[in-house]
Amino acid sequence: MKNKTKNQCGRRGERIFSNVCIMPSLIGVLVFFIVPFCIVIYYSLINNPVLKEFVGLENYTKLFHNVAFTKAVKNTAFFSLVAVPLSVILSLGLAMLLERKIPGKSIFRTFFLSPLMVPTASVVLVWQVLFHNHGTINQIIEKFGGHGIDWIKSPYGQVIIICMFLWKNLGYNMILFMSALCAIPRDIIEVADLEGASSLYKFVHIKLRYLSPTILFVLILSMINSFKIFREVYLLTGNYPQDKLYMLQHFMNNTFNSLDYQKLSAAAVLFALVMIVVMAILLIAENIFGKDVEN
Amino acid sequence: MGLRLPIPDKKRRGKMFDIIVLIFILLVAVLFLFPTVVTIANSFMTSNEITANYGAMFSNMTEKQKTFISSNVNLKLIPDKVTFDQYKAVLIQNSDYLIKFWNSVILTVPITVFQMLVAILTSYGFSRYPNKFKGIIFFAYIILMIMPYQVTLVPNFLVADKFGMLETRKAIILPAIFSPFSIFLLTKVMRRIPISYVEAAKLDGAGEFKILTKIYVPLCKGAIASIAMLVFIDYWNMVEQPLVLMKESTYHPLSVFLSQINTGDIGLAFAVGTVYMIPTILMFLYGEDYLVEGITYSGGIKG
Repeated sequence: MKNKTKNQCGRRGERIFSNVCIMPSLIGVLVFFIVPFCIVIYYSLINNPVLKEFVGLENYTKLFHNVAFTKAVKNTAFFSLVAVPLSVILSLGLAMLLERKIPGKSIFRTFFLSPLMVPTASVVLVWQVLFHNHGTINQIIEKFGGHGIDWIKSPYGQVIIICMFLWKNLGYNMILFMSALCAIPRDIIEVADLEGASSLYKFVHIKLRYLSPTILFVLILSMINSFKIFREVYLLTGNYPQDKLYMLQHFMNNTFNSLDYQKLSAAAVLFALVMIVVMAILLIAENIFGKDVEN
Repeated sequence: MGLRLPIPDKKRRGKMFDIIVLIFILLVAVLFLFPTVVTIANSFMTSNEITANYGAMFSNMTEKQKTFISSNVNLKLIPDKVTFDQYKAVLIQNSDYLIKFWNSVILTVPITVFQMLVAILTSYGFSRYPNKFKGIIFFAYIILMIMPYQVTLVPNFLVADKFGMLETRKAIILPAIFSPFSIFLLTKVMRRIPISYVEAAKLDGAGEFKILTKIYVPLCKGAIASIAMLVFIDYWNMVEQPLVLMKESTYHPLSVFLSQINTGDIGLAFAVGTVYMIPTILMFLYGEDYLVEGITYSGGIKG
């Protein structure tokens, strides 16, 4: 790695070319995201778009006292904190199972990736059929003498959303892990085998170490996708779902529709701040673990 | 491995375990494939059969229709009578669906193509001659990438309003072209191209632009294809953007229409869903190896 930086100190013109390459994207991002986001920050600090009086952090304190907002934050945080680690663990588990000698591996791979093909709206329709009050799951339960419940409106609603999320994303993450598992040098495992290392030791001290960059990568991807699950929730339940499914995105969508830009801007800024902190932590962790593997 | 002692007991246990694993994986795989199968299978039923089976989910049916609807929601995989009626209605009798399909194409294809062009150029810039300034921009891109659409909703709306793009396709296409998701993935891939390749090309007198087009792009072909597929699938399913930026439904893509059809023309929903799946299915049939190879490359394994 160190040699690389030394060698890359090329001629000045070459360095300028690489900077120029970034320009179109940078301009686009500035125009469409960064500059308008600065306006959003400004919006979050004034009282209303007409008077434009500076009110400091008033919009933020109001937000913290807003019941809908705190509920939405709680639900979103819960969902992400459960679904993201679960998707990492389960996809790693699946990848390790598929590492064994199993016939038809590539067919399974296709099956696991198939959720990417289906249009979101069709998936939502199928899930509705399954979990509706008079739907398939309840009919099966009733056949065995149990009592069905309206799943999506019940406290289990969140579990269903988490399942939907896992269903959609496990396949992709699994392939990431499968390739990472293949990249672990065979000789290290063989040496460990010869020395009589237990499979738990091999997993924790060898595999996890080599997998750590991939784990972080999957973590980041899962986080992005966990925010995208709103699409499914929205199609399943509309603008005002039951309490447990009311996400931050619902809150923002609804405040947007009611034209309360001050509240919305403050929420957007807060969200961005939290993400900056989370990503900084993740990237620092990647640096530490990444170096660990190289040595 | 010259000498190997036979360990039959352990071996047999291993084989048993393999079979259990196989059965487990098989079950999981069936679960994963299930919605796809349901959607396709149901698309061959008559509209009446579907309304009868699933109508109970929707309360906004007329009384007359309701008499034919089972009070339970019946999930069915095998149609009573296989027909292409739904497809006839979707593809021939009513031009609405094809128009919306075209709306989807005309939004998604330019977004994918231009986002990839921008991404190739930018990722090249990021992966060559890294410096602090680029590092900061890249971090900003990662933050931007991770934001849910609702956070960029107001910025998007403000820009579209300012440039008078509301109600036009540009309002959706232009910001999407600069979405940094593909840049993040592709930069990860390009950073791992060995510097020796570049040096060899330089000795042959290749300039930076030639290095980009003759070395970086061909080496990243698989990754580019797979990222393009991901971008395509993501925007093919867009729902939020059109609803916010285009109040008129004239230009709405089929994905938005499909999400509303579920409550209205339930009898056609599965056929429309299947038709909407065709591009992604084709992509899978012809590009799955690319997809897997590309995912593999972007896996973030350093070295």
